[in-house]
Amino acid sequence: MAVQVGEIRVPINSDQDIVLARQKGRSLAADAGFSAVDSTLIATAISELARNIVSYAKKGEIILQTLRESRRKGILIIASDNGPGIPDIRLALRDGFSTSGSLGLGLPGVRRLVDEFQIASAIGQGTVVKVTKWRQDQQEE
Amino acid sequence: MEVPILKQGEFLIATIQAALSDADLEHLRLALVQRVVRFRSRAVIVDVTAMDVMDSFASRTLREIALMIRLRGAETVIVGIQPEVAFAMVQLGLTLEGVGTALDLEEGLAYLNQKFKNIN
Amino acid sequence: MAKRESPPRGAGSKEPNYPELPRNEAPPELLRELVAHLRQNRTHLREEWLRRISETRLLTAMTKEEIFAEATSVYDSYVEALETGTFEALQAYARNLSERIIPRGVETHEVIGIVLLLRDVLARSLFAKYQADSEKLNRILDAYEPAANRIANTVAVGFVQERERVIRQQQEAIRELSTPVLQVRERLLILPIIGVIDPQRARQLTEQLLRGIRTNRAKVVVIDITGVAAMDVTVANHLVQTVEASRLLGATVIVTGLSPEIAQTLVTIGVDLGKMNTVGDLQGGIEQAEKLLGYKVVPVSDPR
Repeated sequence: MAVQVGEIRVPINSDQDIVLARQKGRSLAADAGFSAVDSTLIATAISELARNIVSYAKKGEIILQTLRESRRKGILIIASDNGPGIPDIRLALRDGFSTSGSLGLGLPGVRRLVDEFQIASAIGQGTVVKVTKWRQDQQEE
Repeated sequence: MEVPILKQGEFLIATIQAALSDADLEHLRLALVQRVVRFRSRAVIVDVTAMDVMDSFASRTLREIALMIRLRGAETVIVGIQPEVAFAMVQLGLTLEGVGTALDLEEGLAYLNQKFKNIN
Repeated sequence: MAKRESPPRGAGSKEPNYPELPRNEAPPELLRELVAHLRQNRTHLREEWLRRISETRLLTAMTKEEIFAEATSVYDSYVEALETGTFEALQAYARNLSERIIPRGVETHEVIGIVLLLRDVLARSLFAKYQADSEKLNRILDAYEPAANRIANTVAVGFVQERERVIRQQQEAIRELSTPVLQVRERLLILPIIGVIDPQRARQLTEQLLRGIRTNRAKVVVIDITGVAAMDVTVANHLVQTVEASRLLGATVIVTGLSPEIAQTLVTIGVDLGKMNTVGDLQGGIEQAEKLLGYKVVPVSDPR
């Protein structure tokens, strides 16, 4: 079980918040020592998840946490909203491997950016997406 | 935040800063199309060097810009995509298909000059 | 006192998590007596230990002087761990020691072997000392055994972790070496891939190539996979992504040496090979690259 160290909450109400959320995500990643590439992946994932909230639920929240396990550090992103929910999660997660970005939530794409991916959604109640990214190699801090 | 658009001969060069909101991108699209018409530009270069994240909206908007500009008879070239950003984009499945790309402004101009030289 | 960041027990935790040695099980006087005995007989017990080590032919990679020096440190750390009941210092020492002896070729079974030998040597000496008083012997062993086992475990785990770290480092270095991005001509990069590609290596390849494109301002990249026997779907996808990402940086990719098997894999994942720039062999790929770049190798003009 990883220990959570610190938490940042970003309310998502408008497209400006998308930028804010991903900037915070990027700096959190940098502080945790993630590489430039991984920091970008994290920021991009946050951007997509926040964007889904704005597009489909109008408002929600992104929570960012730094995780610490005995030998590695990671970042946990929780994107939650009380929106309409996803009718068919399996369909939303089906990997066509080329989401043109025009249709759908881009969830298969987000999944490729991260190491762990969890989603829960109920019609009329909302959606929660939890993704985790771990730092690549870790012995020296 | 307004994106600066420079006129360089027959080309327009738009330089994007980081932290561009959705509204800013929409404005950019409008502004570019207007100017292409006004100046009868042959091509538009969009410099995204400072963009640290390219998500699905940004990618879609850039493609729409290219489409609308092509309808006005002009070419679009996106330059300055950073290696990390390119990596994230293809993971996400964003390929900017149908839009020209070049390493940076210098390469973008070279590409356009070559292209228009051949046509002439 | 430094706060220890060890995680609570549970899945995913890679370090064995022992509770702190319960102090009330080992009455302080008993522990003091035990430690005093080990300190008093240090020279003799250490000699005994060294004798056993050479008898069982462990640590053959090291000289007698080195073994003596390390043995002394290990013995002292051992006794200290027994005395304080805390194991951080021992863990740190174990890692440190491992860092030094791993490059000498010392192996896991040797390290575990010598620690267990020390445990035995000390246990025997306790037997010898307290054999007259079996009740006391029992109590002394009650104090000694759990601690001795924990020490053996700590040292072994420390060694293994250090070894794993070194192996990871070496693998990383090998990966870097075996995927060189070569600049052959101006604006032309060649990436010859040889051997087995796993997803991690594939990703590293992509990152290296993209950085290379930027640094060398490459306009054409030839990725040669003649030396790659097979590719699973994940890695094939990485290849496609590499091609796409390179294009975003303004570079055209030519893939050479595509075997029929790999071509099949690509088709399976929905790649339109017609759209991918492929040439039979590396030589042909370079020639096409040169054409794209405007180099005329053969004096036949190719109007574009």
